Amino acid sequence: MTMIFEPDFGTPASHKLDQVNLEIDGRTITVPADTSIMRAALVAGIDIPKLCSTDSLKAFGSCRLCVIQVDGRNGTPSSCTTPVAEGMKVSTQSEKLDRIRRGVMELYLSDHPADCATGDECEVHGIAKKIGITTSRYANAETHLELVKDESNPYFTFDSTECIVCNRCVRACDEVQGTFALTIENRGFEARVSSSGTSFIESECVSCGACVQACPTGALTEKTLLTIGAPTSSVITTCAYCGVGCSFKAEMRGEELVRMVPLKAGGANEGHSCVKGRFAYGYATHSDRITKPMIRAAITDPWKEVSWAEAIAYAADGLKKIQSESGVNAIGGITSSRCTNEEVFVVQKMVRAAFGNNNVDTCARVCHSPTGYGLGQTFGTSAGTQDFESVEHSDVIMLIGANPTSAHPVFASRMKKAIRKGAKLIIIDPRVIALVRTPGVVAAHHLQLMPGTNVAVINALAHVIATDGLIKREFVEERCDAQSFKEWEAFISLPENSPESLEASSRVPAGQIRDAAHMFANAKNGSIYYGLGVTEHSQGSTMVMGIANLAMATGNIGRKGVGVNPLRGQNNVQGSCDMGSFPHELSGYRHISNPDTRKIFNDAWGIELQAEPGMRIPNMFDSAIVGEYRGLFVQGEDIAQSDPNTSHVHAALRAMDMVIVQDLFLNETSKFAHVFLPGTSFLEKDGTFTNAERRINRVRPVMKSKIGKSEFDVACELATAMGYPMSYENGAAIMDEIAATTPTFSGVSFKTLDELGSIQWPCNEANPAGTPTMHIDHFVRGEGQFMKTPYVPTDEKATREFPLLLTTGRVLSQYNVGAQTRRTANNIWHSEDILDLHESDAQLRGIADGSWVKLASRVGETIMKARITDEVPAGVVYTTFHFPESGANVITTDFSDWATNCPEYKVTAVEISPSIKGPGAMIQTHIGGDPQLDSIVRMANQIAANLPTADAPEINLAHHIVQFWTPTMIERLHNDVNKAELSPVVLKAIEILLVRN
Amino acid sequence: MIIYIPGDSAALSVGADEVAAAIARLAPTATIVRNGSRGALWLETLVEVQTPYGRIAYGPVTPEDVSSLFDADFLNGGEHILSLGKTDQIKWLANQDRVTFARVGVIDPLSLNNYRAHGGLLGLMNALELSSDEIISEVTDSGLRGRGGAAFPAGIKWRTAAQAASDQKYICCNADEGDSGTFADRMLIEGDPFTLIEGMTIAGIAVGATQGIVYLRSEYPYAIATLQKAIDIARADSWLGKSVLGSAHSFDIQIRVGAGSYVCGEETAMLESIEGKRGVVRAKPPLPAIEGLFGKPTIINNVLTLATVPMILAEGAADYKARGVGRSLGTQVFQLAGNIACGGIVETAFGITLNELINTYGGGTLTKRPLRAVQIGGPLGAYFSTDQFETSMDYESLIAAGGMLGHGGIVVFDDTVDLAVQAKFAMEFCAIESCGKCTPCRIGSTRGAETIDLIIQGVRVDENKKLLLELCEVMTDGSLCAMGGLTPMPVKSAMINFPSDFTGAAR
Repeated sequence: MTMIFEPDFGTPASHKLDQVNLEIDGRTITVPADTSIMRAALVAGIDIPKLCSTDSLKAFGSCRLCVIQVDGRNGTPSSCTTPVAEGMKVSTQSEKLDRIRRGVMELYLSDHPADCATGDECEVHGIAKKIGITTSRYANAETHLELVKDESNPYFTFDSTECIVCNRCVRACDEVQGTFALTIENRGFEARVSSSGTSFIESECVSCGACVQACPTGALTEKTLLTIGAPTSSVITTCAYCGVGCSFKAEMRGEELVRMVPLKAGGANEGHSCVKGRFAYGYATHSDRITKPMIRAAITDPWKEVSWAEAIAYAADGLKKIQSESGVNAIGGITSSRCTNEEVFVVQKMVRAAFGNNNVDTCARVCHSPTGYGLGQTFGTSAGTQDFESVEHSDVIMLIGANPTSAHPVFASRMKKAIRKGAKLIIIDPRVIALVRTPGVVAAHHLQLMPGTNVAVINALAHVIATDGLIKREFVEERCDAQSFKEWEAFISLPENSPESLEASSRVPAGQIRDAAHMFANAKNGSIYYGLGVTEHSQGSTMVMGIANLAMATGNIGRKGVGVNPLRGQNNVQGSCDMGSFPHELSGYRHISNPDTRKIFNDAWGIELQAEPGMRIPNMFDSAIVGEYRGLFVQGEDIAQSDPNTSHVHAALRAMDMVIVQDLFLNETSKFAHVFLPGTSFLEKDGTFTNAERRINRVRPVMKSKIGKSEFDVACELATAMGYPMSYENGAAIMDEIAATTPTFSGVSFKTLDELGSIQWPCNEANPAGTPTMHIDHFVRGEGQFMKTPYVPTDEKATREFPLLLTTGRVLSQYNVGAQTRRTANNIWHSEDILDLHESDAQLRGIADGSWVKLASRVGETIMKARITDEVPAGVVYTTFHFPESGANVITTDFSDWATNCPEYKVTAVEISPSIKGPGAMIQTHIGGDPQLDSIVRMANQIAANLPTADAPEINLAHHIVQFWTPTMIERLHNDVNKAELSPVVLKAIEILLVRN
Repeated sequence: MIIYIPGDSAALSVGADEVAAAIARLAPTATIVRNGSRGALWLETLVEVQTPYGRIAYGPVTPEDVSSLFDADFLNGGEHILSLGKTDQIKWLANQDRVTFARVGVIDPLSLNNYRAHGGLLGLMNALELSSDEIISEVTDSGLRGRGGAAFPAGIKWRTAAQAASDQKYICCNADEGDSGTFADRMLIEGDPFTLIEGMTIAGIAVGATQGIVYLRSEYPYAIATLQKAIDIARADSWLGKSVLGSAHSFDIQIRVGAGSYVCGEETAMLESIEGKRGVVRAKPPLPAIEGLFGKPTIINNVLTLATVPMILAEGAADYKARGVGRSLGTQVFQLAGNIACGGIVETAFGITLNELINTYGGGTLTKRPLRAVQIGGPLGAYFSTDQFETSMDYESLIAAGGMLGHGGIVVFDDTVDLAVQAKFAMEFCAIESCGKCTPCRIGSTRGAETIDLIIQGVRVDENKKLLLELCEVMTDGSLCAMGGLTPMPVKSAMINFPSDFTGAAR
């Protein structure tokens, strides 16, 4: 293996279409207009020395090494700042230029260490050698060589003695990251790079690594480069954190990972990174890693390390025993959005083919399942419509329920870049997130709604657009279903959907809604980006449809700069959903009831798939508590920490007879497991991740598997032990099977991916290189479908007992349940979950900043520290769920999205009170009653309430139930439910279901 | 009864306020006008009284002189030891050709009526009758070049900005007068602020800019106050604002105060500073006339350039260009400073010799010691020896002599000066005032000062002189802006014109 080298052309590429011809050193060169002379020369292979320029940053012109001469022009301008011109004749070499370059280099060397700690990494010495000068003649020179290193950041050092004040770090912080944490202090000879007058760790620095990446010397250096040494080989792979899916070069020295370097050719990140992907990979080799299989008879027993064969046999025997006793549907599995497409595909295949049922679900259930439902209904497929680059073409950006600077930092940087170029930002969020006001960014509107009122706000916005004549009728007529539009327009124009009517619920002033609606509707290109603040609600699916309606009504679909874009939380949420992880869908979002689809798999796999949907995760828990569901395979997900209502989840897990956990580490869920199967980190995997822009990126093995095999081998072995032989030679073979069975992936193979770098699906005969922008000429479903979106307030309401609303989110440095980031130095920024509350709520309860508080909801209570802040409005409190000790999900309830059961994490009625100690959660150990029956009643009534009343809701309800419920649940709805608890619509639907049967 | 007592900073520094108070006490009914300074700084405080025969001057007046002036009946032009006769017949003033400074010291700086009575607003009213193209042609034809130092033809700059399409354009007046020995901008703003406002308004109309900004250094508090008052008056008079003098043109001006950085007088660093950023030089292209303040087309002109425009529009280009020599047309406002007997403002046509300026007007050194060197054009300008005193004071002749005119400041030194120390000072000045962006200026200036120090100490003199000259070439050819690019000029001129100071032997 060798080092992968990405050339640096000094200045960014010009996107001008007209070409310019010029002569450089006698060679005729043709480049786009506005290209710098430097770039024109470097692209043509003519070397020009440079230190202050790099092609990720605008030209600066400070180092004066790249000087050139132009025929007919005076002086020796810098080639980085001088654009090409037609017929120009440029010389890059002459005696005069040589004198200037040597003189400048001599000045550099007069204030630079003779030997840098990073050796060849330092471009100063490299270029000095090239120009033929190695020492400086200046005697008695004042220098900065006595300055002290700043080692405060856990991942990189700042050594001002090596700094040449080229400003690349400062410019990278400004232009690439958009944080503006760095500056130059003082002027003249005393000008020095500064993290704004304090140490790096105390500064505004977000440790994205852009400055380290940009630094041409050893001034900003990864600490690992200094401790491990220079890398000797590199592999291109994909980050395993959020749904942005950044491409990196993993640089190795032997078997040791030296650093992760963001890839300029990476489609998602184009050379940028965040603190997690760039630096927080240490968990992969953490001593907590479990690399040997373990089993135990009871969850109270200690773990026993066993061979792979024994562990697999033990697990298979346990599952088979359950099936023989309680039926084929008494077991199932959960796929992980952290694993590769190939690993996910294999696990869902194991469930469907070896377990023989459709009881497979994925952790996307608890994050973006409403995206799948909502966009499926309106556009015809479950995916964001754009690539990330598209945002740079937006004029107005609407950001709903997402906090990209924390959760999708690399995309946030792109968004900030667009805003600095003039795009307007409309934020819909209960909290004052960073983008409301941050250096270089001031949101045009912040619609600070109450948690749980998203649909009220999106309806009010649409109402203004419909009633103020702002609908793009031409687009709607050409692209959308006329009947559904007509009905929607009538619905949305009803006075009940006006901003004035909904102001009392959402608490967003009607005037502000009206202004924001006009701004969005009048934009040339308006785009919508959203996160879990949209989906994790009782009306998550309704809100996604509301967003889709708004985009269609304003004609913002099918070109650059527009679209509807879910920001996916996990690296492979998109992929795990694409791979057929939902109980009702096979890969490529095809319903299990479709006999043609089933035939493809029946033929390929030699089995007979069940035609009805299997259980969703909450159904599994409910069934477990009543004893009907007894065995579970969990692939890389800590459901005991991340799923809502922890007491309920624990009770369900405790009730099961065979829980198999495959993970890197022992976790909260493995406390309830009987078999622990080690998994592999992303550095060991051979496969693909699909990011939020549908981009399929290769994940390449950087180091040998620490478990002695590929992770997908484990599922194959379990399937085989269950009696259904499965095996794959490598990841590529699995992708070939995915491509063969999934039309949207038919053109995808590892070979094509290696050639193209990445591919955005759909990738097929029509789009062999993939599809950056979807729905260009027509929607996937044909015509865009408008859906009526009645606002139904959640049942989770603030009460006298629980007067505050809790909403949850993430911080930049920690990731999700923290399994990875808690095992890195990222804890330096965030070492515990904190409860944010408004000063007025704190004063009312005698709570001091930094003190312990008890947080209680109707399902549980926990204790954590309080932070008084105006980032949340009075009446709303906020926390994160990164640490198991804080048990934020002990508080959250079973309430969920009506269509998909995505948990309502974002709204929980709570009360807080001072506490003398902490932290810790109080988890109930006994759950009584029949939670399955309770869920069936609640879900049926909730779906009925959310269906528009004018459209024969009972038919739609019956249809919905058949599409998504298991036969057992339908049976219990018929037979076991107390009919007095059901709404009239549900009762009518039951009649229809009976007739159908 | 009208008494003129300058309110200008230079006069105030020698007690003009105290003189005014003393006169007011003894003549409570007299009208005291605080005019600008006539520019004969050795005569400040120069008190003038309006008499039937004209304005009679007395100076330099101190508060102690006041009672004797009353005793001599100076209010009626009575004879006194400080009598200078009719002001406009003082030879030093009468011999000058005041165009830009025509009204400075003559009028009440904040009286719009006074301004109009002395030909004010004629240029603007003429401009309002002309097309953009015609105004720019007039300015081009006049031969007016940038008086800040770069001497770029103003008309060409204006035309570039006029042709740039944009929803917003700016007129930026560079009043960051930081060169040693210069004070003309300050005296003009304090003595005749409406002229600057009129010039900027004409520029705005010519190029289609609606907003003017004056970047004024914080060290000029009186100029800031005077200009602000003048802007307020012009606004109240419907000159500035939505409709300039009732026309369809909109133009307004605001003042931005600098924070004490020399390099912010460099036009692109000034733009950064106005934008609220660190005063760091921008690379060109893009030219500010195409992409300037906040990325919009921007005219950046010096105070004197803009203040000359009203006269050109009032009297016509031909009148202005009739003065001067070669390509240096019109008048130059020279500022005599340093060790000089009669310092101040001398506005004459280009082409006067250095000798006439220093000896005829300046009267030699103040110390009466032999004159040894003059530095022309600020701290980055060349040092001239007395051998070069016949040099014609125009742009081209000075360049040919290894120097530059700069902003027209001339600083005089007597025979006690050590030019090696002055050369070192030039480098030190650059080391402190450099914005720190480009390497030749940032590091080179410090290395230059260190190397000259070694020469002064007699350490490896020949070797270090060679190194210094090489460094000068790197700074001249390699620097991003004129700051680093011109710092070698005083150094090299000192080495060439005063070689005996660079031998390493104590002078």
